[in-house]
Amino acid sequence: MFSEYSKIIKDGLWRNNQAFVALLGLCPLLAVSNTVVNSLGLGLATTATLVCSSTIVSLIRTIVPSEVRLPVFVLVIACVVTMIELAMNAWFYGLYKILGIFIPLIVTNCTIIGRAEAFASKQSTDKAFLDGLFMGLGFTFALVLLGSMREIIGSGTLLAKAELMFGPAAQSWQINVIDDYSGMLLAILPPGAFIGLGFLIALKNVLDSKVKQRKPAIEQIPVQVVPEQ
Amino acid sequence: MNETVKKTVTAAKILGLFSLLGLGLVALTFNQTKEKISQNERDALLKSLRAVVSSSLYNNDIANDKIQVTGLNPGAARETTIYRARDNGEPVAAVITALAPDGYNGNISLLVGILADGTLSGVRVVSHKETPGLGDSIETDRSNWILSFDGKSLAGLTDKQWAVKRDGGVFDQFTGATITPRAVVKSVKNALLYFQQHKVEIFSNTEPAEE
Repeated sequence: MFSEYSKIIKDGLWRNNQAFVALLGLCPLLAVSNTVVNSLGLGLATTATLVCSSTIVSLIRTIVPSEVRLPVFVLVIACVVTMIELAMNAWFYGLYKILGIFIPLIVTNCTIIGRAEAFASKQSTDKAFLDGLFMGLGFTFALVLLGSMREIIGSGTLLAKAELMFGPAAQSWQINVIDDYSGMLLAILPPGAFIGLGFLIALKNVLDSKVKQRKPAIEQIPVQVVPEQ
Repeated sequence: MNETVKKTVTAAKILGLFSLLGLGLVALTFNQTKEKISQNERDALLKSLRAVVSSSLYNNDIANDKIQVTGLNPGAARETTIYRARDNGEPVAAVITALAPDGYNGNISLLVGILADGTLSGVRVVSHKETPGLGDSIETDRSNWILSFDGKSLAGLTDKQWAVKRDGGVFDQFTGATITPRAVVKSVKNALLYFQQHKVEIFSNTEPAEE
């Protein structure tokens, strides 16, 4: 039982990370990941959508006939996103203005319908909730990683405009990583997002293959081939 | 009723039920957030209006004292909103929502605050799609360039001086970006010209214009 949950968590955060492995939701990933705050904002909005939609889809999975399940899922996702959009407009106005069209576009993020169809519609509600949460956090993690990379290289800062998300107290959170930095345009513009994502995926693959190389060495010891007699 | 029809009807009923439920939830959320959202939009508008015309100069409800005019922003927008600042009914300043159509990448939308004597009280960029790192120096976050308009007027500068330095004017251009400041300067100049020609009409009806 416990291992099933930990598998869901590991899948969401790393092994089946929707951005690094499934390469889903690239449109918002590449478009808004130019600063940490933007990345975090969109990542959390996506996570909230995933949690709500996966949970609802799992709750209604037995009463929805399979012929109309996709329209119903789309309906659920669209409603959830619209409500989150309205809520952000009301309580995170500055961030909402910056993320703009990418908030309603969460609807089109394939991750969400993908998890609803592939996971939540077949699993119990607690697992669907967990899956939504960690798939979302994995996506947020990827976004924030790419966002911090692009913000440091592109403008030499970290957490600029944090007050949009965390209120006026966060105005002083900005860290000037590189002083008097003239900025690197490439990192801020969309090509920088593609290149950055490429490097991050490469890094993940290197890490994974390192782990793989080490694993067989450990596992080989107890496996002894006993010749048949 | 045969099996297929029955199944189809059930599916349609469920789809309909969910549509209604979804509609209800969204409507409820909309209702709950409506007030807060319009408050946010109003605050944002007031904040940007205050940036171009100091709030100590006027005492009217500037966000609602506005008129729609045509013929100011050629092409892109047919109607332009002008906000009017008054002190005890006396015209103090007008804020023109100008649009520079010839930026490097699409329209640059501006707020141009003009005092009653034709002097600029302030200019701010509301939205733009200029290249980050080059053209975005028109934002106050990036540089003080936009403040160089403060106090300028058509009377104070010759027609030729109303241009960026490369074109023989008094306004700086940015390294690697001349098109953006050129577009902004031109648009501000247009707004001033419009104000000069239509000053009486702009302040004419004291009642807030009907939407």
